Amino acid sequence: MADTELLEKTPLHALHVELGGKMVPFAGYDMPVQYPLGIMGEHKHCRAKAGLFDVSHMGQARYTGDEAALEALITADLSELGAGEQKYTLLLNERGGVRDDLMVSRPFKGEETLFLVVNAATKDDDFAHIEANTSGKGTLTRITDRALLALQGPQAKDVMARLCPAACEMVFMQAGVFELDGVEVYISRSGYTGEDGFEISIPEADAVRIAKLLLAQDEVEAIGLGARDSLRLEAGLCLYGHDMDENRTPVEAALIWALAKTRRERGDFPGADVIAQQLEEKTCQKRIGLTLEGAPAREGAEIADKDGNVIGVVTSGGFGPTVEGPVAMGYVERGYVKVGTELDILVRGRARPAVVTKMPFVPNNFYRG
Amino acid sequence: MTTRYTEDHEWITVDGDVATVGITAYAAEQLGDVVFVELPEVGKTFKKGDEFAVVESVKAASEVYAPVDGEIVGVNDDLDGEPAKVNEDATGGGWFAKFKLADASQLEGLMDEDAYKAHIA
Repeated sequence: MADTELLEKTPLHALHVELGGKMVPFAGYDMPVQYPLGIMGEHKHCRAKAGLFDVSHMGQARYTGDEAALEALITADLSELGAGEQKYTLLLNERGGVRDDLMVSRPFKGEETLFLVVNAATKDDDFAHIEANTSGKGTLTRITDRALLALQGPQAKDVMARLCPAACEMVFMQAGVFELDGVEVYISRSGYTGEDGFEISIPEADAVRIAKLLLAQDEVEAIGLGARDSLRLEAGLCLYGHDMDENRTPVEAALIWALAKTRRERGDFPGADVIAQQLEEKTCQKRIGLTLEGAPAREGAEIADKDGNVIGVVTSGGFGPTVEGPVAMGYVERGYVKVGTELDILVRGRARPAVVTKMPFVPNNFYRG
Repeated sequence: MTTRYTEDHEWITVDGDVATVGITAYAAEQLGDVVFVELPEVGKTFKKGDEFAVVESVKAASEVYAPVDGEIVGVNDDLDGEPAKVNEDATGGGWFAKFKLADASQLEGLMDEDAYKAHIA
């Protein structure tokens, strides 16, 4: 275990401790894995009402200047990203492997500035890579003085209607600058749970006060990393470093939808030749969802066909509190990707029957207007 | 009947030469909501310290160790449908397995209730 003395703390660290959070090391930060409500209770609360997550460990940055230079590194078409819009995109390596997944948006009115949110574990690498490859053309400015909170769940909008009504006019994947409790915040209507919700970037100095204000609302409970993981797994969303990494392309990771059509036609993204070939051949492994009975299948469990031949591996798995059973995602050989295919997952050496299942495992609940 | 405890948070209650084994309420609380328990087959034998069962919470799988040497003579099939019994009634309906003791003197090396309370304090 990492030395807790060396772990970084988010601006909400003392609040997590005060709330009874069980603190664990995650991506170099001392973070709450759960609060006294527990992972199961937190998960169900978020799906029923609203949950507040501290995601301040994630990397925030602004980018200004030549957008073509940034676009060359990712899969989005930034010319299609209008004011107030957000897109999910991928930072690729030269082999078409996924360096990271990130959100890019244009929340700042009248400003040609992009707002980026990247994963905590990869933020230093991501920002160094973007800086190195846009040098002299664009400017990346890391934002280290803002916390990031996520308010997620079907009643998140009711909370925001009370505290920041203007934000409720946004639909899924829109972003803007708003005032919340007298503070300038950047809000996007998005998240990592499959539910409707908001991600809110707040000046560090105001973060605890606003977090407490949100937690004081009847609908809201604090949610730790444990439920964050089970919620995103049920939503079929990838966890970087587990469900995709430098050695998996968007084709393998079933994230080809994040590659803009125009970019695909132009073939002007890193690893375009590899990805074009995979799209044509349709022979590479692919990420799929699996449901099974009984024992949860965890990361690293082997997936076998009914003759016992190992044909894949689980990359994320656990118990889905809303599904009320074990769910997993993993990579299998192309012949086994069809929904309904019966396979086995080897859990502690014992073959557990599993079925290839369409993701998300629970229906998305995004607000699309 | 005597109940003893291990440092790994198993409890063992002895009745004659058969002992019932489970995990303590403290352990169940630390694990959080139990969603699955993998139990051994009846007839299998274990040495003290061997992994004889696995308890799964939402987040992780944890091994459960045999507190003594013995043969499995019964398992709690109720946990198959109701794993939450481990959280609700860890030392009652949430028991895991019955061991036929191979060496009753091994019990003497385990903690009594007061010692266990001090261990988790």
